[in-house]
Amino acid sequence: MFSEEHYLFIKKQRRNQFYVRFTQIFILILFFILWQCLANFHMINTFIFSSPRQMFSTIIELHKTGDLYQHIWVTVYETLISFGLGTFLGLLIATILWWFPFISKVADPYLTILNSLPKVALGPIIIIWCGAGIRSIIFMALLISLIITIINIYQSFINTDKNKIKLMKSLKANKWQVYIKLIFPNSIKDFISTLKINISMSLIGVIMGEFLVSKEGIGYLIMYGSQVFNLNLVIAGIFILCLVAAIMYYCILYIEKKLIK
Amino acid sequence: MTSSLQLSFQSMNNILEIKSLRKSYHTKDSEILAVEDFSYSLSDGEFIAIVGPSGCGKSTILSILCGLEKKSGGEITIKDNYKIGYMLQQDSLFPFRTILDNCLLGLEINHELTKEKKKKVIDLLSTYGLKDFINSYPDELSGGMRQRVALIRTLATNPDILLLDEPFSALDYQSRLAVSDDVYRIIKQEKKSAIIVTHDLAEAISLASKVIVLSERPSKIKKVFDIKLSNRSTPIENRKAKEFSEYYDAIWKEIDFHV
Repeated sequence: MFSEEHYLFIKKQRRNQFYVRFTQIFILILFFILWQCLANFHMINTFIFSSPRQMFSTIIELHKTGDLYQHIWVTVYETLISFGLGTFLGLLIATILWWFPFISKVADPYLTILNSLPKVALGPIIIIWCGAGIRSIIFMALLISLIITIINIYQSFINTDKNKIKLMKSLKANKWQVYIKLIFPNSIKDFISTLKINISMSLIGVIMGEFLVSKEGIGYLIMYGSQVFNLNLVIAGIFILCLVAAIMYYCILYIEKKLIK
Repeated sequence: MTSSLQLSFQSMNNILEIKSLRKSYHTKDSEILAVEDFSYSLSDGEFIAIVGPSGCGKSTILSILCGLEKKSGGEITIKDNYKIGYMLQQDSLFPFRTILDNCLLGLEINHELTKEKKKKVIDLLSTYGLKDFINSYPDELSGGMRQRVALIRTLATNPDILLLDEPFSALDYQSRLAVSDDVYRIIKQEKKSAIIVTHDLAEAISLASKVIVLSERPSKIKKVFDIKLSNRSTPIENRKAKEFSEYYDAIWKEIDFHV
C-alpha cells in the first residue's frame, strides 16, 4: 500500500511516542524510589514527610475498612452534581445573555467582579446560608465553576462569524433558528473544552468546600489527617485525589473524542 | 398611491422597482449618507452589474433589497410572489453540516422542506458537478466549489431575483473566471434575474447586460452602460469580444478612483 519510507516514518513516530510515555512513567517511579530511599536512610523525617510505603499501607487500611470507597464516592458524587448544575446553568445563562444584549451589557461588570473574586472568601457566608452539609459544598463548587462556564460559553456564542448570522438573516431565520441552527452547533467545540475546565473547577470547589465543612470525602480525609497530625493520611488523600482528578478528566476527553469525529 | 403603483408597473416585464432609494448611517458623532438617490427598474431575466469606487455603498443597496437593512427613504416594489435570494462574498458554509444539509438550510428555516424540494436540490448539486460531494463537509471542498454550493443554497428556496454581493472576490484569479462562468450558466439556465455588485470592471462587463456606475459616497447613479457585445456567449468568451476593452475604458473613466 505505502512506500517503505512511509512505514519508516510511522515507525519513527511510534518510537517517539513510546519514549515520551516511558520517560513519563520513569520519572514517577524514580520519584517514589527516591522518596522511599530518603525515608529509609533517615534523611527526611517520615513523621512530617511520610513515605511511599506508609502512604500505600494507609490506603490499604482504608481499603480494608471500606472507608476509602465511601470517601471517594462522596467527593465524586458532589463533584458530578456541581459539574452538571454548573454546565446546565452556565449554558442557560450564557444563552440568556446572548439573547438579550441589554442584560449582557448590564451584567458585564458584575460577572467580571464575581470572576476575579476568590470564591473561598464567601465560604463562611455559604455555611451560614446553606448549613453545614453537602449543600454548602455543592454551592461552593457551583460558584467556582459557574462564572467561568458562563463567560466561556458566552464568548464562544458572540464570536460566531458575523457573515454566517447575516446569511441566516438573509434566509429569513428568526432568533431561535439562528440560535439552534447556527450559534449552538457552532460552539460545540468550545462547549466541550469548557466541560474540561468545568470538571476541574468543580473538583477544586468540592475539596475547598470539604475543607470548610464536611464529615466525609477526600477533602475531609486530608483535613482530618492534618488536624490529628497524621501526615500519612494527608499524603494518601492527595494521592487518591490525583487519581480521581485524572480519571474524571480523561472521561471528559473520551466523551470529547466520541462527540467530535 | 394607487396611481404611482400603476405607473411603476406600466411595463409588465418589470419585476423590481427601486425609486430614489436613500440610506444614511448614524454613528455617535456623525451621520453618513451612503446612498442618496438610486432608482432602477429590473426586468424579468435581466442581469445587471453595479460598480463604483470602494466604500460607495454598493453593497448597502443589496442589503436593503434583501431586507437586512432598513432604508431611510425611497420606494422598493417587488412584483407579487417574487422572491429574492442573496449570495455573499464569503460562502459562509456551516462546517458542521454536510454540503446537502448546507443547501437545505433555507428550506428548513422556512419550513418548506419536502421530499420533492430536497430532490430538486440534489438534482441541482448533481447537475453542477457536486454529485460526489453531497455528503462531504465544506472543508473538503475547494474555494470555487464552495462558492458553487453557496449559489445552490441560494437557489434552493427558488428565488426569482438573485442579489450577488462580490461573490467571487474571495477566490483566486483562475477559479474566479471559472466560477463566474459556472454561476452565469446556472443563473441563465434556471432563468433567474440577477444584480451583481462588484469592484472588478471586467467581471461586470463580461457578466451583465447593463453596468450601472455609481459615484462616490453619497452614491448616485453616474451613468448606465448598455453592454452590447457582437457575439455574446459565456463570460470568459465575452472577454474576447472586440468591444470589451472599449467598454472597459469608458467605464474606467467614469469611476472616481483615487490612488
